[in-house]
Amino acid sequence: MITIPYLTALTTYFSYGLLFAFGQFREFFRKIFDWWRGNNLQGYAPICLGLEDFYIRRLYLRIQDCFGRPICSPPDAWFDVVERLSNDNNKTLKRTTKVSRCLNLGSYNYLGFAASDEYCTPRVIESLKKYSASTCSARVDGGTTSIHMELEDCVANFVGKPAAIVTGMGYVTNSAILPVLIGKGGLIISDSLNHNSIVNGARGSGATIRVFQHNTPSHLEKVLREHIAEGQPRTHRPWKKIIVIVEGIYSMEGELCQLPEIVAICKKYKVYVYLDEAHSIGAVGKSGRGVCELLGVDTADVDIMMGTFTKSFGSCGGYIAGSKELIEYLKYSCPAHLYATSISPPAAQQIISAIKVILGEDGTSRGAQKLARIRENSNFFRSELQKMGFEVLGDNDSPVMPIMIYNPGKIPAFSRECLKRNVAVVIVGFPATPLLLARARICISAAHSREDLNIALEVISKVGDLTGIKYFPAEPQKQQVEENRVKLE
Amino acid sequence: MDSTVSILANVVGATSDWVRSVFEFQFARAVIFEVNIGGHLFVEGLLLVVILFLLSQKSYKPPKRPLTKKEIDELCEEWAPEPLIPSITDEMKREPPVLESAAGPHTIVNGKDVVNFTSANYLGLLGSQELLETCTTALEKYGVGSCGPRGFYGTIDVHLDCEARIAKFLGTPDSILYSYGLSTMFSAIPAFCKKGDVVIADEGVHWGIQNGLQLSRSTIIYFKHNNMESLRNTLEKVTQENKQARKLRRYIVVEAVYQNSGKIAPLDEIIKLKEKYRFRVLLDESNSIGVLGSSGRGLTEHCKVPSDKIDIITAAMGHALATEGGFCTGNARVIDHQRLSSSGYVFSASLPPYLASATIKAIDIVEEKPELLVKLRQNIAMLTKGLSDIKGLEIVSDPVSPIIFLALKKSTGSSKGDLQVLEDIADHVLKEDGVFIVTSKRSTLDKCKLPVGIRLFVSAAHSESDLVKASESLKRATASLLPAHD
Repeated sequence: MITIPYLTALTTYFSYGLLFAFGQFREFFRKIFDWWRGNNLQGYAPICLGLEDFYIRRLYLRIQDCFGRPICSPPDAWFDVVERLSNDNNKTLKRTTKVSRCLNLGSYNYLGFAASDEYCTPRVIESLKKYSASTCSARVDGGTTSIHMELEDCVANFVGKPAAIVTGMGYVTNSAILPVLIGKGGLIISDSLNHNSIVNGARGSGATIRVFQHNTPSHLEKVLREHIAEGQPRTHRPWKKIIVIVEGIYSMEGELCQLPEIVAICKKYKVYVYLDEAHSIGAVGKSGRGVCELLGVDTADVDIMMGTFTKSFGSCGGYIAGSKELIEYLKYSCPAHLYATSISPPAAQQIISAIKVILGEDGTSRGAQKLARIRENSNFFRSELQKMGFEVLGDNDSPVMPIMIYNPGKIPAFSRECLKRNVAVVIVGFPATPLLLARARICISAAHSREDLNIALEVISKVGDLTGIKYFPAEPQKQQVEENRVKLE
Repeated sequence: MDSTVSILANVVGATSDWVRSVFEFQFARAVIFEVNIGGHLFVEGLLLVVILFLLSQKSYKPPKRPLTKKEIDELCEEWAPEPLIPSITDEMKREPPVLESAAGPHTIVNGKDVVNFTSANYLGLLGSQELLETCTTALEKYGVGSCGPRGFYGTIDVHLDCEARIAKFLGTPDSILYSYGLSTMFSAIPAFCKKGDVVIADEGVHWGIQNGLQLSRSTIIYFKHNNMESLRNTLEKVTQENKQARKLRRYIVVEAVYQNSGKIAPLDEIIKLKEKYRFRVLLDESNSIGVLGSSGRGLTEHCKVPSDKIDIITAAMGHALATEGGFCTGNARVIDHQRLSSSGYVFSASLPPYLASATIKAIDIVEEKPELLVKLRQNIAMLTKGLSDIKGLEIVSDPVSPIIFLALKKSTGSSKGDLQVLEDIADHVLKEDGVFIVTSKRSTLDKCKLPVGIRLFVSAAHSESDLVKASESLKRATASLLPAHD
């Protein structure tokens, strides 16, 4: 739950109101001009009807330069951001040849495997030479090479499950596997802030979908009791099966899942648990094994463990780990396994090598150091931000920390001012977050040195003063400020 | 003034006297507890009692008794879920052969060198030295993954170069990269087709498209596989029946070379129909880019249709281009729309940069070496000829399709049975002669009803002897395993 100061809520609403009014005003003239120029659709319906792309045209385009900034180096602790230029009020952006070296606080490079690595890269290139960049075939056909088998064993062992299946894209893992596991007559209970891939997978499955309040086990229990007692809508038959879907670390909130409580509830009501560890695998836990290790949950109690390799491992793809039978069934029926090109062998090798480094199987303690560093870095950065008076969401140990901005005018200001001072941050607004709750998101990496973090803190503090987003100015007054707030869910 | 008021008072007084006398006629002498009861007071009292009585009554509602805590506990206790997955059968345990080397035209399975017909490496670019060098350079420069979605610093300069290269190659204004082939269609379709829109699709489209259609929640109508008569009738029917259809967004979704049958869509006829009924066309060119057309620009070039007639073209790059990922190309409006509305683009990490570099290189090779295309066509013709008189099987694919699709002449009656027969043939061919071929397996989610078959992916890198070996071996296998067929 996020609380927002009354005055900020008011000004935020006012700003959006203003943006909307101006947008409508411009829309009105656009319609007149369109009519005057004549209809060139020749009988086709327009690609976007009415106000479908109002948001993009009138709000997003204004701050387009804060998103999709191209880089021309690996997304390591420091990277080269290509400068862009617009001659038409941000409608189109042109790449220039100018680059600026910026501190990277945006990429999901939690363990610092994004850039070339002394252990991983030579092995990746070796695999490339042996297996080529692609297999041009699906896993069930001719797309299974020995490296794929090694990868699946390696992942299963790392995650702590008997078997695993790997696909070439994290998004597809969720959206193609959920429909195989559950269908009509089933119930999916999903956290309200789950990732879009889960939402799409759930929709594609044909099962009934219900949502529980973000990370609230008590509400989950309430929803579960209600629905088990009620049965399926209209027919009131008992549900075939129920799957509860949660994420390990919520990428927009930086919060850790309340997994022990949720698992206990799921066990009590005999429902299955699906845990998406996209952001937590490799990044948290004593040996990098994700939230289960961090929060002391036995992996045997989580039925389906999903995760991606794009973040901590610096590669691509996703996995599902579970019982041997579950994986056998998925390999028989999952479209991502049957139809999609298998994961690129060099990417597979990157994952294997990264896991070996994390587990110390490369013969050094680099993995352990990386894990210690990301924890230290995250906790240091979070506490410093809080001391400065920023409103920071999320839990300790999580490398993701959103800073609340709220006002739409401050969103691009924060991003642009940081970039001017060579710090690249990610800003997130509607539709990825609720309208009022725009934020900047910092992702800390093990590749950052303490010096880097100090530079970042200095810049963020300065820009924070400039944009006025230090909503908790001085520590002692916090209590008072808290009382004076609207509760928002 | 005074006189008017007094007249009015007189009239009112007279009237009330008259009314009272009428009411009090019967009860005029009623005395209760020594109080004189006027008739009207009695009636009013009675009314008040009735009103109070009615008000005190609840309106009738069926009795609502919420479940007690104990009852819910019992229900929860009683509820027994189905197992997460059905019980495992032997059929599910089947494991594909494991390749011990790259999936080129020759590969190693179980320590034996085999001829590989399972890889859609149509131009033989897989393992090409130029591609390997490009990938190595990119891997050293950028690392493997991009560690972020395109919006959040996951856009690397090679992505933009690759998008521009694809657009230049296909002669379209712009293009957009996806990080996985399968996700291209199922993200692009819901970005354009919304609830209420009309989509007419071929019944043989692959699962990625089917899933996209399902996620779009549009009204979906399937026409008979690659049957233009059926398409025309469907279009006619939709336009006639639904007067609103003119105002809705309307799309036709087809594949250039159907993965499920190897047939090629007659694009020129589709364009005629599309223009007549004003539908937009979504074309999946996964198996035709780098294969069809005189310079490998796909079905549009093959059918001599200008590419701007097709509104949205998508393709997976894990085929002729021998990399991974997918792209969508079209006019600037179509592409820009996807950059914020396409879920697989917005919410997923971007394509690993080395694959984007490889794609650029692969397109360069396609342009520089037209002889690869000639060789591929020769190989397709040769294998088609070699398999034309095979017993028990027939070629259903198009003569120029790089996927040669062999279906059973006589079905066993169920697709499961057919698949078993075909699997046996494939196993036999691999074991006896070292020719690696596969059947078209279907997921339980796939709604495609077309007959299953054996798929051979022909490559320009196959030698003449490879092709002869494959056709001879298949013929021997069918002769021994399909004795009942003529």
